[in-house]
Amino acid sequence: MQDSDAKRMQWVDHMVRIRDDQDQAAFAALFDHFAPRVKGFLMKSGADASLAEECAQEVLATCWHKAHMFDPARASVATWIFTIARNRKIDVLRKQRRPEPEDLAWGPEEEPDQADVMALQQESEQLGRAISELPAAQRELIQKAYFGDLSHSEIAEQTGLPLGTIKSRIRLALERLRHAMK
Amino acid sequence: MTQQITHHLTDNILMGYAAGTLPEAFNLMVATHVSLCDACRAQVESYDAVGGAVLDQTPGNDISLTPGSFAATMALIAGGAPDEIRKPRSRDVVLPKPLQDYVGGGLDSVKWRSIGMGVKQAILPTSKDASARLLYIPAGAAMPDHGHHGTEMTMVLQGAFQDEDDYFARGDVEVADSDLHHTPVADIHEDCICLAVTDAPLRFQGLLPKIAQRFARI
Repeated sequence: MQDSDAKRMQWVDHMVRIRDDQDQAAFAALFDHFAPRVKGFLMKSGADASLAEECAQEVLATCWHKAHMFDPARASVATWIFTIARNRKIDVLRKQRRPEPEDLAWGPEEEPDQADVMALQQESEQLGRAISELPAAQRELIQKAYFGDLSHSEIAEQTGLPLGTIKSRIRLALERLRHAMK
Repeated sequence: MTQQITHHLTDNILMGYAAGTLPEAFNLMVATHVSLCDACRAQVESYDAVGGAVLDQTPGNDISLTPGSFAATMALIAGGAPDEIRKPRSRDVVLPKPLQDYVGGGLDSVKWRSIGMGVKQAILPTSKDASARLLYIPAGAAMPDHGHHGTEMTMVLQGAFQDEDDYFARGDVEVADSDLHHTPVADIHEDCICLAVTDAPLRFQGLLPKIAQRFARI
């Protein structure tokens, strides 16, 4: 009944295996699921097929190299890969630098709490479900915003995204990080 | 450390940052504000999660990878991680890290240019669809007279400024559209340093053009 939650945790587990053991089988599973989606996402964002393919390979290679940066108390694996793909898109398609906020990262000695990880992964799942259940017109508007077909003033009217609970979870994770960094 | 921020970025700007559709100067504003504001950081990361859902729901089955795609990716991995070009910067009490990257160092490295009445500015290198600059306003002085066109955001990095209605301290952002006409004044206690970004062309960059513009309008 909680298949999709189990799947989310499975991706988190894959990331841990890639990070700790350079596990190629785990990476192959991640690749099979996400590489076509990243390619499709970039094509919808205006890249031609060969550029999208090239970028998708780079994005997945970055997942391997930066596995230690992934914080499962703050993002699902899909969300993390989305941010890598988005940054690649800005770099390659828009030819701009992407200013990033100051890092807040777990030190090498610390790991996020497993209950926090579970909760965040569940919230991500619920957010995805809520988006897929939105009326088609509104869902398409959100997709357009992320594919780059809407300007920021056009997305000003966006409402109804149920972000309250996931935001509280992320906020909690940030507070713990701030505390751990002291 | 971030609780006293009371003026935040708007949701459409934060969503645009997550979606990756803002001009570079706006991205710089968001990255700078979020470095100081965990409320907006959590909101941005929530919008990242929306992006994750959009990515996850992009159909993967009807997209075919080129043959040998996985092997090519493993070859990229074997080639090693690309070098991070970013140099570690020392902590600067005024400029958060994203700004240091654009200034090329801390506050001491800013190349100020006087624009009259003690006010100085430094234009930062961003893409041309919007502009970003640091402003230095002496304590008690009026902010440079600038009519608003398009969207303009001003964030306090040091000191404070106030207008008719509000008080803006470190981390606070004033988001203005073309309807807003006002005369903010820097707080008397300390010189004020701000990051200002706008997607309208800068109307004047020095005293002379400003005078010329005034004559041209009559």
